[in-house]
Amino acid sequence: MTRFLPYPILTACLALMWLLLAGFTSGQLVLAVLVAIGAARALKALGEASPPVKRWLLIVEFIGIVLYDIVRSNLAVASILLSGEGRPRKSGFITMPIKLRNPTGLATLAVVLTSTPGTAWLDYNSTRGELLIHVFDLVDEEVWIDQIVNRYEKPLLEIFE
Amino acid sequence: MINFSHADVPLWAAIVGSAFLLVGAGLTLIGTFGLVRLPTFYERIHAPTLGTSWGAAGMIMGSMIIFTAASARPVFHEILIGIFVTVTTPVTLMMLGRSALYRDRSELNPGVPPKGADDLSTTDENSAETLS
Repeated sequence: MTRFLPYPILTACLALMWLLLAGFTSGQLVLAVLVAIGAARALKALGEASPPVKRWLLIVEFIGIVLYDIVRSNLAVASILLSGEGRPRKSGFITMPIKLRNPTGLATLAVVLTSTPGTAWLDYNSTRGELLIHVFDLVDEEVWIDQIVNRYEKPLLEIFE
Repeated sequence: MINFSHADVPLWAAIVGSAFLLVGAGLTLIGTFGLVRLPTFYERIHAPTLGTSWGAAGMIMGSMIIFTAASARPVFHEILIGIFVTVTTPVTLMMLGRSALYRDRSELNPGVPPKGADDLSTTDENSAETLS
C-alpha cells in the first residue's frame, strides 16, 4: 500500500482538486487518479517525510478555532484602521519560546499566525526554539503569548507530535 | 462550463451573495487604506492580511452562493483560490518581514529586537546590544 501509494491523503486531495477544476466525468476521473498517483510518487522520490497525524477530530476543532479567530481579528484590525488616530495604539515585537519542532506543525502555525490579521510571523530560531512575531495591537504581551501557546501550539503539538 | 442568465439567480441568493461580496471587498479596501496610511513597515504588513483572509473568503463565499443558486448544482471550486491564497501568503510575508528585519539590524535602527546570542554573525549582535 505505502509502496504503491505513498501519500494517500495527498493523492485523494489532488484527485479531488483535479475533478473540481475539470468537471466530473468518468474520463476525467481516470485522468485525475493517474495524475494524483504520479504526483505522490514524484514527491516520494524527493524523499519528503509524511507527517504522522494522530488526532483527526482535533484537526476539525482546530480549524474551527482558527476560523473563529480570523473573523474576530479581522473585525478588530478593521475597526482600528477605521478609527484612525482616535486612540493611542502600540504595536511591537514579541520573542517567545515554543515547544513545537515538527516542520509541518511549524508551517501550520505560520499559516495560522499570518492569516490572522494583527499577528505576523517574522523569524524562527530553530536552535533555540524561539519565535519572533510582530503584533499590531500590543496591549499585553502575556495575553498574546498565552493565546498562541494555548489556542494554537497545544493542539498542534497533540496533532503532530 | 457554467452558462446562466441573471434571471436564473433567485432573489435570496442575489442578496446573500452580494452581502458577502460587499463585506469581502470592503475589508480588502480597508486593508489597502491601512497599507497606505500606517507609519512603519512592520505595521503595514498587517493591513493587507485583511484582504488575504476574510476579504478573499467573503468574495469566494459570494461567488459560490450565486453560482450554486444559478446553475442548480453545487459549485465550490472557488474554495481552491482560498486555500492557495492562505497557504502562499506566509511565504511572501515572511520574506518581506525578514528582509526588513535584516536591514534594520544591519543599519542599527532602534526599536528592532537584537539577534539571538548564539547566532553565527556576532558583529551584528554586539552592536545591537550596545544600542538596547
